[in-house]
Amino acid sequence: MARVKIPIGPQHPALKEPESFRITLSGERIVETDMRLGYNHRGVEKAAEERTYVQDVYLLERVCGICSHSHSTCFAQAVEEIAGLVVPPRAQYIRTLIAELERIHSHLLWLGVAGHEVGFDTLLMYSWRDREVVMDTLASLSGNRVNYGMNTIGGVRRDFTREQLDGLLKVMDVLEERTKYYIEVATQETTLINRLSGVGSLSHEDAVSLGAVGPTGRASSVDRDVRRDDPYAAYKDLSFKVITDTHNDVYGRTLVRVLELMESYKIIRQIVAQIPDGPVTVKAPRKIPAGEAVSRYEAPRGEDVHFVKANGTDKPERVKVRAPTLANLHSVSKMLENNNLADVPITLAAIDPCFSCTDRMIRVREVSGTKSEILSWESLRLFGIGWYLERGVDFSALNARLTRLEKK
Amino acid sequence: MAWPLFWITVFPGFLFLCLFAWAMEYVDRKLYAKLQNRIGPPWFQPFADFVKLVSKEEIIPTEANSLMFKLMPVLALTAVLTAFMHIPLWSSKPIISFEGSVIVVVYLLTLPTLAFFLAGWSSSSLYSTIGAVRTLTQLFAYEVPLLLAVLAPALVAHTWSLGKMVEFYGAHPLLTLPNLIGFIVALVALQGKLERVPFDIPEAETEIVGGTFTEYSGRLLGLFRLAIDMEMVVGASLVAAVFLPFGFSLGPVAGFVLYLVKVLFVVFLLALLRTVTARLRIEQMVEFCWKFLAPAALFQILLSLVINRIV
Repeated sequence: MARVKIPIGPQHPALKEPESFRITLSGERIVETDMRLGYNHRGVEKAAEERTYVQDVYLLERVCGICSHSHSTCFAQAVEEIAGLVVPPRAQYIRTLIAELERIHSHLLWLGVAGHEVGFDTLLMYSWRDREVVMDTLASLSGNRVNYGMNTIGGVRRDFTREQLDGLLKVMDVLEERTKYYIEVATQETTLINRLSGVGSLSHEDAVSLGAVGPTGRASSVDRDVRRDDPYAAYKDLSFKVITDTHNDVYGRTLVRVLELMESYKIIRQIVAQIPDGPVTVKAPRKIPAGEAVSRYEAPRGEDVHFVKANGTDKPERVKVRAPTLANLHSVSKMLENNNLADVPITLAAIDPCFSCTDRMIRVREVSGTKSEILSWESLRLFGIGWYLERGVDFSALNARLTRLEKK
Repeated sequence: MAWPLFWITVFPGFLFLCLFAWAMEYVDRKLYAKLQNRIGPPWFQPFADFVKLVSKEEIIPTEANSLMFKLMPVLALTAVLTAFMHIPLWSSKPIISFEGSVIVVVYLLTLPTLAFFLAGWSSSSLYSTIGAVRTLTQLFAYEVPLLLAVLAPALVAHTWSLGKMVEFYGAHPLLTLPNLIGFIVALVALQGKLERVPFDIPEAETEIVGGTFTEYSGRLLGLFRLAIDMEMVVGASLVAAVFLPFGFSLGPVAGFVLYLVKVLFVVFLLALLRTVTARLRIEQMVEFCWKFLAPAALFQILLSLVINRIV
C-alpha cells in the first residue's frame, strides 16, 4: 500500500496546543513519526532572569495552566535551599494540600480529555462536571481557580481556618464516590476498554531507557515517585501508596491516574487531621546569597525539575525548568509505532502533554568551527524576510500597505 | 398533476421532512445533552445552524473536482427525500407503493453514503480522502446486516412491498414479536449508516479533523447536514414501519400521531446508544459487524423461515 504522510498539527483538533507530528501511514498503520517541537516558545527562563525572586514565583506559576502550583513550589524550594530558609511545618502542609488538590483537578481533567479523544464525550462531560467541585474548592481556599498564588519564598501567603479544612472532608467524600464510579466505568465499559487496551504500548525497558516519568512511567511499572523517593514539603509525614501498573498501555495509564486520585483523597484527609499550628511564613531576604540548587517535585504529569543559580543579587543568574512533558515526549514515537491512525490522539493525550511548558530554546555551540552569531532584532527581521522570499512568500506589498496605513 | 407536486414539495415531502428532521435533530441533541448532564440547545438551534451555514461563504478548493463537489450534497438530499416517499406514514398506503419498495428504500438510503464517499474523494484533501475511504469500508460492514434485518420480516409477510408488509403485520400483530433481534440489528446498523458514535469513524474529529466534510463550508455543508438529519428521520421511519407496524388502521390522524411517537422512540434509542459508548476503531467496527451483527441478522432470517413453516 502506498505510504501517506499525514500532518497532526501544528493546528489540529486533537491537540490543544500547537505542536507538529508528521505521521507516515501505510493504510491505517503508523510507520514513522516525526515530531517537531518549539511552536510554543515563550522565553520564560530568560524572563525569569530579568525579574526579582518574588516576581519569579508568579512568573513561573504561569509556566503551566494546570500544574501551576507545581512550578511555583519547585522554584520556591530551590531558592529556599540556596538561602538556607527553613519553611514552617504549617506552610509545608498547606503547600502539600494545594498540590494534592491540583493533582485531583489535573487527573479529572485528563480523564475527560481521554474520553473526548476516543469519542466518548459522556465521560468528558461527567468528569469535567465533577472537576468543578475541586475547582470551586481551590477557588474558595486560594481565591483563584488555576493560578493559586499560594507560594512565596519562605512559605505560603494564606492560612486556612479549621472550618475551611474540615469542609474539605465533605468535598473528599463527594469526589471519592464519583471516582469509584469512574473506576467502574474504566474497568467495565467495553467500547472504552477496546479503545484503550493494547494501545500505545511502552515496555518497562523502553520506559526506563527513554526516561518516562509520572503516570506514564508508572503504568509501565517504573516504580518512581518523588513524593516517596525524595520527600519534599510534608510528604515524609504522610502515608500513601505509589500506584504502578503492568499493562504498559493507555489502559494502564488510565488506571494509574484514577487510582492515584483515591490516594490523593487519602493524603488530603491525613493533612486535615495532622496539620500543625504555627506561622505560615518566614521572612526571606531580598537578595539571595550566591549558590545553586536543584529542586524536584512530583507534578501531576510526572517529575518536575527546577535548577536555580543565584549570584548574590535580587535576581537569579539562571533558572532552568524541566517540565515533565519533555521527559515523556521521547517515549511518544516509541508508543506510536505500529499503532493505528485512530490511536494517535489518545496515545498523545495519554502522556498528558503540556507543550507550552516544554518548549525551550537551546543555542548549540558549533564545535565544527563554523562561527555562531547572535542576531540583533533588525538583522533577525531581515533574515526572516529573506527566508520567506526564498520560499516564494513576499510580504513587501503588505508591508508597504501597512506603512501607508500607519501614516494616515 | 397538482397533487404529486404538493406531495413532493410540501407534505410529506421536502417542507415537512425539513421541519421534522430539524425537530428530530433538536430532540436528539437535547436528549444527548440531558443524558450527559448538560442543558442542551434551544428548540430552534438546528434551524439556526442551517440558516447560519447557508448564509456563509462557500469555498471550493482549487484542487477539488468542482462539479462533483457541488453535486454530491444535492444527490444525498434527493436520495433521502425519494426514499421517504416509499415509507407508509399514517396509513398502510405510502405515496409510492409497488412490489419491491423495501429494496428500493434500502438502495436509496445507500446513496447518501456513496455521496459522502464521492464528496470526500473529490475534495482531494488528505483528511477528506481518509474519511472517504473509511466511509466506504464502514458501508461494507453495516449494509449487509441492515438489509438482512429488514428482509427477515418481509419473508414472513411474503411481500417486498412496505405497504403490504404493514398490512400483513396489522392483521397478525403477534408475528412482529419474533422480529426483535432484527430490530436491534437494524438499530445498530442504522447508527453506523448515520455515522454517529460509536460508528462516527469517518468523521472522527480528533483524528481526521472533519473527515469527509473537512473541505465543505457554507451552503454545501448546510445541505449535507440537512441530508444527514433527514437520513436519520427516514431511517428511523423505515425501522418503525418494518419492526413497529402498529396502528396503521386507526385512521389518518391517530396513525400519524402514532408514527411520530414511533420515530421519537427510535431516535431516543439512537441517542442513548451514542451516549453510552466510545468511538470504535475502523477494524473493530468491521469485526463487530461481521462477527456479531451479520450472524444475528442471519439468525433472524432463519427464524423467519421457521415461522413461515409453522404459520
